[in-house]
Amino acid sequence: MLKKLLTVALVATIAAATAGAAQAQTMQIRIATEGAYPPFNMKNAAGDLVGFDIDIANALCAEMKAECTMVAQDWDGIIPGLVANKYDAIIASMSITPERQQSVGFTEPYYSNYLHVMAKKGSGLSGADDLSGKSVGAERSTVASQWAEDNLGRTADVKLYDTQTAAYSDLDAGRIDAMVSDIYPAYDWLQSHDGFEFIGDNIDIDDKIGIAIRKNDTELRDAFNAALKTIRDNGTYAEINAKYFPFDIY
Amino acid sequence: MFDLVQTYLNLKIAASDSICSALSPISPELFVNACPRFFDGFFVTIELLLLSSVLGFLIALAVVLARVSPNRFLSIPAHAYIYVFRGTPLLVQLWVLYYGLGSMGAEGLGPLWPFFKEGWWVGLLTLTLNTAAYVAEILRGGIENLPHGQVEAAQACGMTWSQRMRRIIFPQAIRIAWPAYGNEVILLMKASALVSTITVMDLMGQTRTIFSRSYDLSIFLYGAILYLVLAGLLTLGLRLVEARMAIPSFTQAKSSRQP
Amino acid sequence: MNNESVFSLLAFGDTGWGDDLLAGAWITIQLAAVSLVCGLALGLLLAGGRLSPWRPLNWLTNTYIVFIRGTPEFLVLLLVFFGLDLVVHKIASSFGVQSYFEVPKFTAAVAGLSLIFSAYASEVFRGAYLAVPTGQIEAATATGMSPMQVFRRVRLPQMWRFALPGLANLWMVLLKDTSLAAVIALDELLRQAKVASEATLQPLVFYVSAGVIYLVLTAISDLARHRLELGARRGFAR
Repeated sequence: MLKKLLTVALVATIAAATAGAAQAQTMQIRIATEGAYPPFNMKNAAGDLVGFDIDIANALCAEMKAECTMVAQDWDGIIPGLVANKYDAIIASMSITPERQQSVGFTEPYYSNYLHVMAKKGSGLSGADDLSGKSVGAERSTVASQWAEDNLGRTADVKLYDTQTAAYSDLDAGRIDAMVSDIYPAYDWLQSHDGFEFIGDNIDIDDKIGIAIRKNDTELRDAFNAALKTIRDNGTYAEINAKYFPFDIY
Repeated sequence: MFDLVQTYLNLKIAASDSICSALSPISPELFVNACPRFFDGFFVTIELLLLSSVLGFLIALAVVLARVSPNRFLSIPAHAYIYVFRGTPLLVQLWVLYYGLGSMGAEGLGPLWPFFKEGWWVGLLTLTLNTAAYVAEILRGGIENLPHGQVEAAQACGMTWSQRMRRIIFPQAIRIAWPAYGNEVILLMKASALVSTITVMDLMGQTRTIFSRSYDLSIFLYGAILYLVLAGLLTLGLRLVEARMAIPSFTQAKSSRQP
Repeated sequence: MNNESVFSLLAFGDTGWGDDLLAGAWITIQLAAVSLVCGLALGLLLAGGRLSPWRPLNWLTNTYIVFIRGTPEFLVLLLVFFGLDLVVHKIASSFGVQSYFEVPKFTAAVAGLSLIFSAYASEVFRGAYLAVPTGQIEAATATGMSPMQVFRRVRLPQMWRFALPGLANLWMVLLKDTSLAAVIALDELLRQAKVASEATLQPLVFYVSAGVIYLVLTAISDLARHRLELGARRGFAR
């Protein structure tokens, strides 16, 4: 009897100790996103960050049992902020590029991206090859803007915006004839803007979207990768996917 | 006219080419690669600055005449204009005119649309209206600092209001106001960097775009150096004009008042 | 667009954006006030550097002032915003500390704005220092005051009066320059207007509203300046 009691007490102490350790080890992760890239990340009138990226971030954090805080950060400063420890990860629909890989590390991709050109319905424009002499908008420091500058810069008037939403408003106002953008946010925008359409084909730029972390932060990268695999396998990912797009975007 | 524009464009390219190739042996690689873009922006900044300061000065003349006029229908609107443009940030003015008015589109703006469509024109308009308000206030200071006896003497001689303005008040006011005006031109140059937020590829727009590709902070320093060079050139130019305008006895009289 | 929709756009609560704009205005005021205090302190130091008889210090402060006066505020702010983190990070790691210290956006904006403010303020302070009539300084020295006493009893009390108009002007400039922080996504007034106008597609309403709030802030400052100047002029017949 005494022995049994002793064991129970011992087990209880060990349990308490491990619980304490687990609590101390709860990962604290600060995650940056842009908050101006619907439907992936945006702010609602209550000021909360919402969108696909945020849902994925929450699912991953739940899977990792981590305590996550989301912060909004303008796109231009998002990588320097990560490098300088302002936050630990960027989940903001960021393309994995060699240029960026020089300053930050990436997880496995969590979806893939193409570029696409949008224009007003009835514009008569047939695609990316048909834009010479036109004004074409894109968001500064995105893959889309670099592609536009490199491929259209000589023939078209490429205009760069500080945010994606600013470029939409100028497309809407008729200031620019066309806009080069990542396909998914454009798809979402087109849902609510009847007067516009995709023109031409997908522009395949071998663009994979990953979570950026600091280069030496392998622990966090591995944790994200493991959690990503789990939510892919258990259907959580598909659920989030279906909430935003009628097709698979992985 | 077209020839003139073409000559200017060619001159710009030639200048940018020769400056960049002269700088290339002594510059870091990062600057050499980006050099043509920097100078593209450099010239856009100069163009915007020259046009807006000249146009702004002309508007300021009209505004200040209205402001000091005894007619309330002229002076109150002029006062309101100066108050609003000096009381709000330039960035707000830019965004009201570019994104605010621009959202009305071709239907809302009609014949004005081709003008409001381009960030460059909206930038020029905003900078012009903004600097006109500040310059008008500077000129008013110059006018109100004139000894009242002079105005009375001119009146006694039988000069009309416009004669007094043209012969007595304005020639002195502009000389008194010139140093402050020179300051305003430098401030306008710095403020013009904000047009990069409405898609204009001025020096700041180019600097930010180059930075967004490499995330190298020295890009900002190169941009800053080019702005400093421009500030130096402007200061020199303004001093030359001041020296040319100087009337020996007038400047002497002015400086004798200083301790 | 009718008036009703303007009111509902600017309403308070979760559906309207009025409370967000006012929250932004509050951050704008805080940003300007903190930058003013830091900028005044830094400006006094710089003025001391310019008036110092030691040449290298002279040269250093002059270079700094020329740099700030010739570089766009926008560029200085971005340089500080991106640079400050790297500097903190480098200093920390040179001490072997793997820092998780972040420079908050508010701090970065204060740093940038007060660096700009201080350069101009130092000019005002220097001018005020030199504006005290030399006859008074000579008289004070003749009565046997030490240079420190001359500074404390004769110069300092009068400098305030000479510096006030210039500083009041700089405060107005500072208040307007806080709007640049919108570009580094600090949730001040203009940034809130931007978020609201992009969410509702009503940029005219929100940017004009922001402009009106800025106008109210500068008008209040103008009144305060007037009262302060009356106070500072007390006892001086003109």
